[in-house]
Parts: sequence; structure tokens; C-alpha cells
Amino acid sequence: MIRFLLKGILRDKQRSLLPVMIVSIGVMLTVFLFCWLRGILNDSIELNARFNAGHVKIMSASYAKNVDQIPNDLALTNVDSLMIKLKQAFPEMKWGQRIHFAGLIDVPDSNGETRIQGPAVGFGIDLLSGDPSETGRFNLKKSLRRGRLPFHSGEILMSEEFSNKLKVNPGDTLTLIGSTMNGSMAMYNYAVCGTIAFGTGPMDQGSVIVDIEDVRDALDMNNSAGEIVGYLPDNYYDEEKIGQVVTRFNKLFPPSKNEYEPVIITLRQQNNLGKMMDQIKGLGAFAVFIFVLSMSLVLWNAGLLGGLRRYTEFGTRLAIGEDYSHIYKTMIYESILIGIIGSFIGTSIGLLGSLYLQYHGLDLSSMMKNATILMPSVFHTRITSAAFFIGFIPGLISTVIGTMLSGIGIYKRKTAQLFKELEA
Amino acid sequence: MKKIVIPLFMLCVSINAQNPSARAIIERVDKNMSADSRVFTSKMVIHNRRNTRTIESKSWSMGEKKSYTEYLSPPREQGTKMLKLDDQLWIFSPSTDRIIQISGHMLRQSVMGSDLSYEDMMEDPHLLNHYTGKVDREEKLEDRNCWIITLSASTPDVAYQTQKVWIDKDRFIPLRKELYAKSGVLLKKMELSDVKQIQGRWFPKKILFKDVLKDGDGTEFQIMEIEFNTQIPDYIFSKASLKK
Repeated sequence: MIRFLLKGILRDKQRSLLPVMIVSIGVMLTVFLFCWLRGILNDSIELNARFNAGHVKIMSASYAKNVDQIPNDLALTNVDSLMIKLKQAFPEMKWGQRIHFAGLIDVPDSNGETRIQGPAVGFGIDLLSGDPSETGRFNLKKSLRRGRLPFHSGEILMSEEFSNKLKVNPGDTLTLIGSTMNGSMAMYNYAVCGTIAFGTGPMDQGSVIVDIEDVRDALDMNNSAGEIVGYLPDNYYDEEKIGQVVTRFNKLFPPSKNEYEPVIITLRQQNNLGKMMDQIKGLGAFAVFIFVLSMSLVLWNAGLLGGLRRYTEFGTRLAIGEDYSHIYKTMIYESILIGIIGSFIGTSIGLLGSLYLQYHGLDLSSMMKNATILMPSVFHTRITSAAFFIGFIPGLISTVIGTMLSGIGIYKRKTAQLFKELEA
Repeated sequence: MKKIVIPLFMLCVSINAQNPSARAIIERVDKNMSADSRVFTSKMVIHNRRNTRTIESKSWSMGEKKSYTEYLSPPREQGTKMLKLDDQLWIFSPSTDRIIQISGHMLRQSVMGSDLSYEDMMEDPHLLNHYTGKVDREEKLEDRNCWIITLSASTPDVAYQTQKVWIDKDRFIPLRKELYAKSGVLLKKMELSDVKQIQGRWFPKKILFKDVLKDGDGTEFQIMEIEFNTQIPDYIFSKASLKK
């Protein structure tokens, strides 16, 4: 019978085209919205992970307690040997050393006197060792607005906004005034090699990026680093895997009373990110629920309409002697087939669209010029396993329920009146 | 009548001689501690939370307004020079070949991670010009009889609104100081020791500074050599001398 019904659906376009189209569009929108919300959550997490939090971050115990103050006097020391240990113990993870610092950027005039100064927040990351990981995490190539990335020691990247504010151009020299690890005043000259724009307010306001070895020279932090960030291999924050990493780390470095011993902090434990993740997840799930519910109502209605549209057909079939329950069953089977076909088409289109935006993203930077929190300006969708079946909830179940409800009317029709109805 | 008045007058004079006014004490302290000009080499031993560092420098100062310091060691700091004229400070860093001016609240920042601020390090203020005093009580401090004097700022531009000072009654030298902010919060403590007679005046050659808002065990500021009221050429207190 299913084969017969399938042939009917495929051959009788009048009967199937509209319901399949409605189901497909509804399912496509459901799948796309689901992937979009997942993508926003993932982009926000990954942005924070790439620029700041890592999937895990290793710091000295006392640095971790005061991390908001960027206390480089409490930084990790002997990081070379620590990195060797980490690479041996966690070969699946990617590690990066960083020095986060704050200071004044002093721009000289032609006589070497201070022309202008501005407060800066700096990132010392690996730019010159030949490993492109950190350059990639900061998306420096795409973020470059003028000039080029650092090739040599002593070169600095400035945010485009900051360079405009200080009227500095690539090729100019400036002096970083900061504080060494010992608290002395540090002064260090850098040549501006390029300007960057990340598209996020906080990062674009007054940030500078320098090779970590240059920062070590400037801040007297030989073989030291404020933070070591760690990333899972596919750059996707997986809480279960991170939990395992933390457990293994704590076995390798058991908690001690030494305030300079390394401790590990997960992304969730930093900057209220855990709360934010839970809130976004909750909001996302709620939004998806509302959308699935509304799509269900639409598709339910479509099922109802489908049943009513075929009022005459059912009357004829009853008149020629077909059983009530047989007609009702075939209606439901048909709606199941339409639901499956529509959901399959809708899910496929939704996934294809999502797949495109997962790789290419949607640039909304023009709408986020005044954002003050670290949010991505290019949004990507994220396809998860749930995206493959979420569309079947409205697409299949709602269509079938709609058909079931509309089909009840079949039982109310009297055989004696059928010919009168048909004649009319 | 004469028999009563004269002994009474003598008694008053005698009491006054034993307990001079706060102003008279501060004047004597200023005579010991301050000078028209000073040239000294010093060693700062900074006991940070994590390590101990020693920094040597040579300083020239003239009155309250002009001061110049050159760092002699360690190698990272060697050649760094600071010039302070009134409330402006210029720092020359040989590695950058730049002179940077700092002023305002920056002058109250730590010098080289020590417990001393730029003002602590480079100023030689006459207490009498900036404070009025009140003798609180007397106390023994390590076998020395001291007056405890509370100094309250009489000018608005001082780093510490109030100072509580233990002054050696015999040598008119402060042996301990507590420095307070306008809010009444204790900012720093100083212990002055190794008091020597130099060029006819008592002078403490060792001062332990402790910034109570900072971790660590304080900074020992030790005078290695000092000369008072010596001739200092004018060019020392010019920006040109920073790059020399």
C-alpha cells in the first residue's frame, strides 16, 4: 500500500506539491535557525577562547587569583620546561604561551619628545617562531588593515582605531612604557609594521600585539609567561574532553601551597563564561522550542487544510464503498510520507545553507561598531548531530497530527448524503 | 615677691628647655636631614614578594625643587637617569634613547618596584615648609628617648597628609615614621637606623621603607656616601644632562 501511496504522491502533484513545499520550507527554517543559534553560541565561545580564555588556561595560583589585574610579577617562570611537560602529557592539545600586559604607548615627535600618549592593552604571542597557530587564532592575516604582520623582532601591530587616535602609521616608531616583572619601569621601542581591526569593540579600542620574545625583553620576563593557553585539536570546546584534561593535569601537578605552582582553569571558569554559556544555551533552546512549536502549528494547519481540500475526494471514495478507517489510514500514511519527504528536503536544504555559513560566515560587523563586549562580528552556523533530526519534529509529527485531526471529519460523513453533496 | 617670681621664671625656662615646641623640634630635624644641596650614592635592596634585587644609584639634589639620579647597577637599569624639576619628572632610558616625562599621580608610583615612590626618592623637603606639628607624647624606641610628633600638612601638594614621627630627643633625628593618606589610611612605614655624624650633623644612613599596600618585606635604602652643601654644576639639572 505504501508503494501505491508513494506513486500517488509523486504522480498527483495537485495532492502533494503544496504540502511538501510547506513542510520543506518549515523544516528548512527550523534546521537553519537551530544551526544559527548553535553557531552564535560556538562563535562567542571560540572568540573568547582564541583571544583570551583558551579551552583551558594555565597560570600560577596567585596570578589566577588576581588575573583581572594582569599581575605579571606573579607570572609562571621556567615555562620552557613546563611546556615540555605539557606537550608530553597532553599530546592531543595545542599549547600557546602568552603575556598579557598593560602600559602606555608614547609616540615621539621629530625631536624625540613625547607627542602623544595613550593607554594600551597588549598581547605578547608567538609571531616569529614559524608556528602559525597563534597568528591563526588571532585571525591576524584577515584582520590586517594596513602594513604587514611582524617579520622581525621589535615590530608591533596596533589596532586601526588606536593608530588613528594616536596618528601613527606603519613605519613609525613608538615607545611602550610599562612595568617589568619586578615592578621597574620598562621602556621599549617598537616599529609599527601594521594595523589590525578585529571588529570587536574592546579589542579594537587600544590593543597592541607583539611577539612574545619582544615582550619578554621589554618586561624582563625571560623564560616566563603570564598564561599558557590550551586548545582541543578541532578547536571545538568539548566539556567532557576538557574535564578529562583537567583531571590529568591535576594528577600531574597536584594542588600545593606554593602560590607560584601552575593551576589549570577551564574556559567555563573564566570571565563568567560558564554562566554566559548556560544562559545562551537556555535561550537558544527556548528560541528553538518556540520556533519548532510555531512551525508545528503551521504544519498542523497545513495537514488540516490538506484534509479539508480533499473533502470531495473522500466523499467519492466513501460513495464507491471504501471503508472509513481505510481512508483515514491512507490519509495518515500519506501524511507520514509527505512529512518524511518534506522533512528530508527541508533538512537537506537547511543543512546545505548552514554548511555554507559554517565555513563562510555572515559578516555583521557594520551592525556591531559600538559593541563593548567581546562578540564576534562574523557569525557562523554550527551543524551538530541534533540538526539532522530536529526538523523532523515539526515536519513529520505536526503534519501527521494535523492530518489525524482533519481526518476525524471523515467519520462524520453520512453515506446517504454523499451523492447530494457531490451533486452540489 | 622677687623670691617667688625668679624661681618661677627659672622653672618655666627649665620646663621649656626640656620640652621644646614641636616647631623647634622640627626645625632641628630639618637642620640634620635637609641641606641646600646633597650628593649621595645609595643602594636599594628591594625585598619583593618573589625575589630580592639590589639597585645602586647616584643622586644630586639642590633644595626642594631640583633633583637628578643616575642608576649605576644592575646592568638592565644602568644608565637610566631621572631629572625632577618642581613637580615634573623626566626619565631617560638608554635602551630606547628616549626621554619620557611623567607627572601628576605617576610621581607617586613605585621606583623600580621598590617601596619608594619617585617623590620619596627624589625629594628632600623641609618639614617645616609643609607641615605643622604637635608633640603627642614621649616614648622609648630601642633605648632611645623619643618624642612622638604628629605632622599635619599645611600645603596642599604633599604626598602624605599626615605623618607620625618618632624623633630622637638627643640627636633630633627621626627613627620611625608612619605616613598617612588624606583618608587616614596608613600608606607607608619607615624605620631609620645606622645614625652617623656626618659633616657635623646626625644622619641616618639606613632607611627601611615598607609600603603597607604592597606585598614583600620592604625596601632597604642605604646611603653609601653622602656630601652636604656641596657645589653642583647647573647643567646637572637640565634635560641635556639626561642623554650625556
